[in-house]
Amino acid sequence: MNFKLMARINAYILVLESAFMIIPMMISVIGNERRSAWGFFFAILVTFGVGAVLWLITRNAQNRLRAREGMVCTGVSWILLSLFGALPFWFSRQIPRYLDAVFETVSGFTTTGASILNDVEAMSRGCLFWRSFTHWIGGMGILVFMLAVIPLSGKNEGFTLHLMRAESPGPSVGKIVPKMRETAKILYLIYIGLTALNVLFLTAGKMPLFDALCTAFGTAGTGGFGIKADSMAGYSTYLQAVTTVFMALFGVNFSCYYLLLRKDWKSVWKDEELRLYVAIILLSALCITVNILPQSSSPYDAWHHAAFTVSSIITTTGFATKDFNQWPTFSKTVILTLMFCGACAGSTGGGIKVSRVLLLFKGLRRNIHQILHPQKVQTIRSNGRVISESILTNTNAYLSAYALIVILSFIAVSLDSRFSIESNFSAVMCCFNNIGPGLDQVGPTSNFYLCSGLTKIVLIMDMLLGRLEIFPILVLFSRSTWKKLN
Amino acid sequence: MKILIAGDGKLGATLVRQLSTEGYDVTVIDEDPAVLETTMEQYDVITIEGNAATMKTLKQAGAEEADLLIAVTGEDELNLLSCMTAHALNPSLHTIARIRNPEYVDQAYTMRENFALSLIVNPEKQAAHEIERLIKYPGFLKNDTFARGHLEIVELKIGTGSKLRNVPLSALHDIIKCRVLVVAVLREGTMIAPDGSFVLQEGDDIYVTASAADLSALLRNLGILQRRVKHCMIVGGGKVSYYLSQMLVKSGLSVEIIERDAERCIELADAIPEAAVVQGDASTPAFLESEGLSEADSFVTLTGLDELNIILSLYAHSKKVPQVITKLSRVDYSKAIGDLPIGSVISPKELCCSNIVRYVRAMRNQQGAAVTIHSIADGQAEAVEFIVDDKTRHVGEPLKDIRTRNNILIAGISRGYRSMIPDGSSSFEIGDSVVVVCSGDTILYSLNDIFED
Repeated sequence: MNFKLMARINAYILVLESAFMIIPMMISVIGNERRSAWGFFFAILVTFGVGAVLWLITRNAQNRLRAREGMVCTGVSWILLSLFGALPFWFSRQIPRYLDAVFETVSGFTTTGASILNDVEAMSRGCLFWRSFTHWIGGMGILVFMLAVIPLSGKNEGFTLHLMRAESPGPSVGKIVPKMRETAKILYLIYIGLTALNVLFLTAGKMPLFDALCTAFGTAGTGGFGIKADSMAGYSTYLQAVTTVFMALFGVNFSCYYLLLRKDWKSVWKDEELRLYVAIILLSALCITVNILPQSSSPYDAWHHAAFTVSSIITTTGFATKDFNQWPTFSKTVILTLMFCGACAGSTGGGIKVSRVLLLFKGLRRNIHQILHPQKVQTIRSNGRVISESILTNTNAYLSAYALIVILSFIAVSLDSRFSIESNFSAVMCCFNNIGPGLDQVGPTSNFYLCSGLTKIVLIMDMLLGRLEIFPILVLFSRSTWKKLN
Repeated sequence: MKILIAGDGKLGATLVRQLSTEGYDVTVIDEDPAVLETTMEQYDVITIEGNAATMKTLKQAGAEEADLLIAVTGEDELNLLSCMTAHALNPSLHTIARIRNPEYVDQAYTMRENFALSLIVNPEKQAAHEIERLIKYPGFLKNDTFARGHLEIVELKIGTGSKLRNVPLSALHDIIKCRVLVVAVLREGTMIAPDGSFVLQEGDDIYVTASAADLSALLRNLGILQRRVKHCMIVGGGKVSYYLSQMLVKSGLSVEIIERDAERCIELADAIPEAAVVQGDASTPAFLESEGLSEADSFVTLTGLDELNIILSLYAHSKKVPQVITKLSRVDYSKAIGDLPIGSVISPKELCCSNIVRYVRAMRNQQGAAVTIHSIADGQAEAVEFIVDDKTRHVGEPLKDIRTRNNILIAGISRGYRSMIPDGSSSFEIGDSVVVVCSGDTILYSLNDIFED
């Protein structure tokens, strides 16, 4: 294990995080929120201090990292990121308990959007901004950001691939241009561009700039922290419609946008994952529209809220315009199913990912064929290219680990007898898939404040496992990770 | 600059390492996903799986926007086809193909003209040239020529009986009585840029520049017997062996080739009737002895197995053969075997790689580009030759007034037919060939890169 380089990468992450905290501190200073401003100030001091010390003692680190070290490094850096990111909330007494602050921060960085706040609107503007900003940072990933801005070394930079693979979602993560740094830059430029476009559309609809920024961050990272108690319900239909479209846009694989920039319309049009993603959104929205028609004021109203909810759930954002707890069981079931599915690979969304669902179904179809014709040889293709067996094996392993974690978390969470089975199950599902609000007692109008400490810890782990797609966190607990030779 | 490399074999991987380190956008094409995965994990490049001669793969790899395609797959024909196809996609693309089948060598020029290739490389032929030079100048481990042969950098080992043992560099002139410059010393695997007070030790490999005219004086004064090589024994009958024996018999040497494969022996005997081709297993000492190993002036190991080459060279050295030359195809372990007495080491892959790198640098910098690049001291330094032109700064100023960058040494200046080792009063004139040695990660694109200001 190259602990020195791993520590050095974490040092960069902490320094970057402290730099990010300067913006909410300025907002607190301008808004005359003294306690928040001091809270941010001390948090920056601590985070930067630890980062700087780590950086100083790792100056002669060797620039080599193997795959498993990349995974461990990513897992550790996300945990550190959350532990330090929680400091401003705690120092400023906006969230009095540290565990709650960590829950809120993990929920932010993992773009879950599950909150423990009873009254969001009582929070200082600086903290509200930081809460939404964590979504934006976590959406595309802090390590990818680091790869874009910090030149780790001129030579043998191939190892950075391990970091990107561990952090970015999807069954097979690759570069879009030969240089890792350029790839990371392109991804972030597209991300920043789309976010800016979103802010522009929101402010055009007369949303105040602060609200527009926070909402855009929540949308871009597909996080879903609202800054209002009623999430998005209080905003105009136009603003809700803009958010519907942008949530769906941020759930698309970012390499599609790169192809669009290069005017490669054909590849985007033919992309199987994108087609399936759009089809699922349209079909689910249509089903729910028909289902909730009797309780809606007009067909258009039904379509509007159905589309918003579907876009919010499939991209694992978690904004709400309507309390879908009041909807018929069929609609709720569709929503719960969408929670599994998740957005496209290479997007900022969570869940299993549409491309994995596609691979799983194709694999299943092949297995059925092979039961009928045992001698038949068949490859699985996606976008016209053969998918290697190792990717299929990994996808299956991912699904097994996914199911196992859901079951174990469900059992652990149900120790708290105050919550219904529906609440517990949806709480696990929505945290693990990085969505946010679940059903019943953890639905869009409630929060996780009342959960026991154990439940919160389990859900924190679930959120991290979900965001990093299980393995980077799981390897931290494997004994063979820490052995010298594997 | 965007570079496509077709073929991720030994040469391909060396090129990927060199070119990605120099900061180019490298895309690697190969049909084996496992090899590509290893490459992608090691270097900052992107990989495309597929046949590099198909339009589909080339388009996918971005041939339409690329600047250069280097085709180094295992097949000559595939390399050619790949270059031609890519050229059809993008007429402004530069293409380099590796062609190594001796049957195509005579038509290389025609192929280059008609198939719009920018460069044809033949690593085996290049290696044969290099070995031929070593055989003509015995006494050196390696010699690299610059300025159309007027200036040389030679590698010498300070042996047990060497006159240069424990001599400070400032006293060098009194012993060898001609102007030379020690540009680099390789001591225990690490390169040192020496100054006048540096004392040479036994076991050092030293790199010396001298004008070609002073070379024989250097050898004579060092007490190294410059016995002309008359009889050369070559083990292995591959392509390098074929090219080399052809060159050697032409200069009148007696050549003996030992090859295991009977059919290949017949081919060689047919192609080079002047050489003695012997069929047999060279890995047995008795066989080598019976073929006259102890009478050979030069012993060259060119089999396809690095391990066998090393063992055979060690054996030849123990039998006091005056000159031993070893071919290695994998140089990754050169640090570990550096101290073994296996004589001069030749790596066709490395030679070819520096040839291509020179082309790439010249492409990047059309004006004032390097004319020759040789890597010395185990690749820890580079000797680069430039031509002084009207874009060069500080022309005509004495060197003592010019500030050069830290790890730069001006090793030689060649003007007309005269070469000199520069001192403080020398200066650059337009048209001069200048050889510069630079160490570390510095990359020189033009002569102006050596100046501090």
